[in-house]
Amino acid sequence: MAHASGAQPVGGPLLTRPYKWLLAFLGLWLVILFWRFAAGIGAVSGLTDGYPWGLWIAFDVVIGTALGCGGYAIAILAYILNKGKYHPVVRPAILTSALGYSMAAIAIVIDVGRPWFIWRIPLGGWPDLGGYNWNSALLEVALCVMAYVIVLWIELSPAFLERWAETSSGWLQSLTRWGLKVVDKLLIWIVALGLLLPTMHQSSLGTVMLLAGHKLHPLWNTGWLPLLFLISCVGMGYGVVVWESAVSSAAFKRERETAMLTSLAGTIMVVNAIYLVLRLADLVISGKTLMMFTSGIYSVMFWIEIAVFAAPIVMFANRRRREKFGTMFRASILLVLAGALYRFDTYLVAYNPGPNWTYFPNLPELLITLGVIALEIALYIFIVKRFPILAGVPAARSAH
Amino acid sequence: MGRMERPLRGVADPPADGVGRRDFLKVCMIAAATVGLPASVGRRWAEAAQAGLKPSVIWLHFQECTGCTESLLRTSHPDLGELILDLVSVDYHETLFAAAGYQIEEALHQAMEQHAGKFVCVVEGAIPTKDDGIYCQIAGRTAIDILQEVGSKAAAVIAIGSCASWGGIPSADPNPTGAVGAKDILTGTTVITIPGCPANPYNFLGTVLQFATMGTLPALDDKSRPLFAYGRTIHEHCPRRAHFDAGRFARQYGDEGHRLGYCLYALGCKGPETHANCSTNHFGEVPDCWPIGLGHPCFGCTEKGIAFHKPLHEAAVLPENAHPPIFPEHRRSASVPAVGAAGLVAGAVIGAGLMASKKIAVKDGEDER
Amino acid sequence: MSMDRRALLKGIAVAGAGAAVSATPTEASEAPQAPPDAVGMLYDATRCIGCRACVTACKTANDLPGNLYDPPNDLSGDTKNIIKKYEVDGHVASYMKQQCMHCLDPACVRACMVGAFKKRDFGIITWNPGRCIGCRYCQVACPYTIPKFQWEKANPKIVKCELCLHMLKVGKQPGCCQACPKAAVIYGTYTDLMADAKERIAKHPERYWPQGSPKIFGEHDGGGTQVLYLASVDFAKLGLPDLGAESAGALAQKVQHGIYKGFVAPVALYAILGAVLWRNRRAAAKTGGE
Repeated sequence: MAHASGAQPVGGPLLTRPYKWLLAFLGLWLVILFWRFAAGIGAVSGLTDGYPWGLWIAFDVVIGTALGCGGYAIAILAYILNKGKYHPVVRPAILTSALGYSMAAIAIVIDVGRPWFIWRIPLGGWPDLGGYNWNSALLEVALCVMAYVIVLWIELSPAFLERWAETSSGWLQSLTRWGLKVVDKLLIWIVALGLLLPTMHQSSLGTVMLLAGHKLHPLWNTGWLPLLFLISCVGMGYGVVVWESAVSSAAFKRERETAMLTSLAGTIMVVNAIYLVLRLADLVISGKTLMMFTSGIYSVMFWIEIAVFAAPIVMFANRRRREKFGTMFRASILLVLAGALYRFDTYLVAYNPGPNWTYFPNLPELLITLGVIALEIALYIFIVKRFPILAGVPAARSAH
Repeated sequence: MGRMERPLRGVADPPADGVGRRDFLKVCMIAAATVGLPASVGRRWAEAAQAGLKPSVIWLHFQECTGCTESLLRTSHPDLGELILDLVSVDYHETLFAAAGYQIEEALHQAMEQHAGKFVCVVEGAIPTKDDGIYCQIAGRTAIDILQEVGSKAAAVIAIGSCASWGGIPSADPNPTGAVGAKDILTGTTVITIPGCPANPYNFLGTVLQFATMGTLPALDDKSRPLFAYGRTIHEHCPRRAHFDAGRFARQYGDEGHRLGYCLYALGCKGPETHANCSTNHFGEVPDCWPIGLGHPCFGCTEKGIAFHKPLHEAAVLPENAHPPIFPEHRRSASVPAVGAAGLVAGAVIGAGLMASKKIAVKDGEDER
Repeated sequence: MSMDRRALLKGIAVAGAGAAVSATPTEASEAPQAPPDAVGMLYDATRCIGCRACVTACKTANDLPGNLYDPPNDLSGDTKNIIKKYEVDGHVASYMKQQCMHCLDPACVRACMVGAFKKRDFGIITWNPGRCIGCRYCQVACPYTIPKFQWEKANPKIVKCELCLHMLKVGKQPGCCQACPKAAVIYGTYTDLMADAKERIAKHPERYWPQGSPKIFGEHDGGGTQVLYLASVDFAKLGLPDLGAESAGALAQKVQHGIYKGFVAPVALYAILGAVLWRNRRAAAKTGGE
C-alpha cells in the first residue's frame, strides 16, 4: 500500500476569479461567526427550546459526516475486499472525508453553546474522570469523530509528505521521508481504525435519536436506528466518491475513471437493497405496516425516502445502462440524497417536540452553513491543486 | 363660614341661613371634580342652577333596601340637601319626602305632567316580574306599570344600584319573585345603570349633574354603565395589586399577611371580575372606606352573575392574558428572506445537478461514438 | 482473495455473535427505583387557583429576572416554574404547574455526555455549569421538553427547576411550595407524597381523572417521576404526555449496551480488520504490487 500511483497535484493558479469570490464569502462568514460568539446562538439562528438542533446539527454534522464516509466506503472495497482497481479513488475519497469531518467539527464548535469545555472531552473529563457519562451515545460520537478526524489526516498525510519530500531539502526532506516510512508501516492499523471508527460513530448517530422517545415519529423510531444509519452511510459514501470524482474530472479537465466507477453499481445495489429490506421488515414486524400509509405528511416523507433509496436499484437493473457513466452519476446524486433525506427526517422532520413549536433556519444560520461548505470547497481546491491527490491524465501543468 | 365647619344635617331641616354664593360655587366645582369633569363645568352648573334651571327628578323605589339613597345621604360633595334644593328639583322621593299617601301620589302626577319629557327618572330597586309583578305594588299598581308609565315620559332613566341595574339581591337564586333590572322592563329606552351595592354615590351624582346641567350623558359601556366609573375592573386599579403580582397573599383573616395588607385574592376577592371604581372613590368620605381597604375581599357587587351568585370565598377568574395556554405560541423563524434564501440555494443545487447530469449525458453520448 | 473474503465473513460472524451475546437480557426491564432519601412535590391541580404566587416565589428563590407585569408565557432561560391554563369553551377547566419532573430514570442524565446533568442529593437532578458544553442533547431527550437554553446570551446556561436544592440544604422548603396559599403544591419525601396522593384518590375518586379510578401522573409514567400530579382532567390535555411505563433511556441503553457492552465488539472488529488488512498486504507484497 504505497502512495497511490499516478497521483499528481492539479497545479495551476490558485487565486482564480471564482476562488476570490469564495474567499470574499468566507470573509463575510467570519464576520457572522464573530457575531454568533459575541451575541449568542439565538441572534444568528432560528433554533428554539423546541428545536434545539437544526440546520447545523442535522445538515453540517449528521449529513456532513455521512458525506465524509466516502473514505470509509472505498476503504472497505480497496483494503478489505482487496479490489485494487479502486486505489486511485482512495486518496481523493480520504481527502473529501478528512475535509468533511473537519468541517463537521467546526460546525459543532459553532453550534454548541459553551465550547470552552470541549477540550475536556478527548481527555475523558479529566481531572474528574469518573464524571463522564460513558453510556451516552453522543459521547461515543464525539470521541469517535475526534479520533477519526485525526486518523483521516494521518491517512492523507502521505500526499503532503510526498509533496514536501519532493520540494524540500536538508533536514526537512529527511523528516518527511521518515514520516512517510512511519506512516507506511503503521498504515494497516491506521486504516483499520479508519474502518472501525466510522462503523462506531455513524451507527451511534442513529442511537442518539433513540432518546427522543415519543418525540420521534414511530416510522423512524426503532432500535434498528444504528444499523440503518450505518448502512445508509455506506451508500452515501459511494455516492460522494462517484460524484466527487465526476466533478473533479470536469472541473480540472481530467479523464473520467468511468470503468472503475461504474463497477460500483453492483455494490450499490446490494447496500441499498439491504437497507430497504431492513427498514421495511422492521416496520412490518413492529406492527407499523398501516402506519406507513396513514400518517399524513410523515407517510409522504417516508415514501419519498424509500423511493429515493430504491431508485438506484431500478436504474441499475438494466445492464447496458449500468455501464453508462451518466446513469452512475445520477445514481450517485440519488444515493447521497437518500441517506441525507433519511438523516434529515430522523433529526428534524420526524422530531416533534409538541404543538406550537416550529423551526426554520434564518438567514444568518443559512449563511453560516454555506460558509462551512465554502470553506470545505476552498480547502479542497487548494489541496488538490498543490498536493498529489487526484490520479489520471492529463498530468499537472507547471505547479506555479 | 367654611364648608367643612358646618355640621352634617338631615335633609328634613333646610339650611337656616341659606347657602352662600361662593360656597355654592365651591360645591359645584368639587362635585364636578369628583366625577372627573373640569372645574369650568362646575361653574356652568352653578350658573345654570342660579338661573333657576333646575331639572326635575322623579325617584322611584321598588324592591330595594334604600341603601343607595342612604349612601347618597352620606355624601357631602355635594351634600344631598344641596343637591335637592340647589342643583336639581327632586319632585318625588318616597324616603325623603315628609308627605305620604294620596298627597305624595298627587305630587308624582303633577311632576309628571309639568315636566313631561324633561325630567330624569331615577329607579332604585328591582322590579318583580313573576305572576304579573304582584310582589311589589304601590298605591295598588305594580312596579312594572309604574315604571313603564313614568319611564315613558322621562327624558332619561337612571337605574341606581345593582337591584335596579340587573336585579341585585332580590334576584339571588332561586329568584322567587322574578326580580329584574329596569333595563329589562324599559326595553326601548336608554337606561343608564349605576350598579353597586350600594352604588357609589359619586357615580350617580356625576351622571345626574352632567345630564341635568349639560343635557348630555356620559359615555356608556355595553351594559349602559358610565365608562368613567365602570371602565376598569377593581383588579386593574387596586392599591394592593403590587402584592398580587409579587405573590403576597393573605390566607386567613387576621394572619400576618392580612395584617400587612396583602392581596386578598386567595380569600376569594372578585376584583379581577368586577368593573367598578371603589378602589379610587371610597365610600362614606373616609379614606380606605371600601371592602378591600377594610381587609375584606371584594364580592363583585356591581356584576350580575358574581354578586349574590358566586360564593364569597371562591377564587375569581383572572383576565385572559394572565395565564399562557398549555401549548403557548413560540417564536417563528421562517421569515421571508430566510425562506427565500433557502429556496434559492436549493434551486441552485438542483439546477446545477440537472445541468451537470445533462452535460455528462452528452459526454456519454460522445464517448459512445 | 476468496480466502480473505471468507476470513472477513467469519470474523464478522464472530463479532456479531459476540454483540448478540452481550445484548441478551441481563438488561431485564425493571422499573427504576427512587433513591431512599428521595424528595419531591405533589401538585393537585384541583386545588390550584392560578394565583401564580409560585411563579414569583421561584424567581425570588432562584434569583431570576422577570415579574408578572410582563409575565412569561412559557418556561425559559429566566423561568423555571410556570402556571398554565387549560381552557374548555372559554372557561378555565384546570390550571397546570409546569417544571422539571425529576424523573427516576432521567433521559437528560442519560443524554448528557459530559455528566453535567446528574441525579444528586435527594434524587434531585441538577446542572453543573463547570461541565456543560451546551450541546442541548438534554433538550432533545427530555420527554417533557423542560430544560431551557439561554439563546440570547454569549455565556448561555441550561435552566430548569432544581427543587431549590440550595434551600433544602438549609432546611427550607422549595420556593413554590412555601408560597402556595392553597397547598396545591406541597413538598415532602417521595414516599410520603405518594401515600398522600393515594389517599386523596381513594377518598375522592370522583374529583380526579379518570373519574372513578383516578391516576397519579408520575407513579409509573416514563419510568416514574419524583414530582407527582393529580388533576380533574386528562393529563394529556395538561401537556403531560402518555409515555408508558418504560423510560426512553431504557431502550436506548439496551441498544447501546447491546453493541458496546464491555467494548467487546469494537475491539473484536478492530482485530479482525487488522488481520484482514495484514493478510491483503502480505499477498500484495508477494505478487509485487496491486
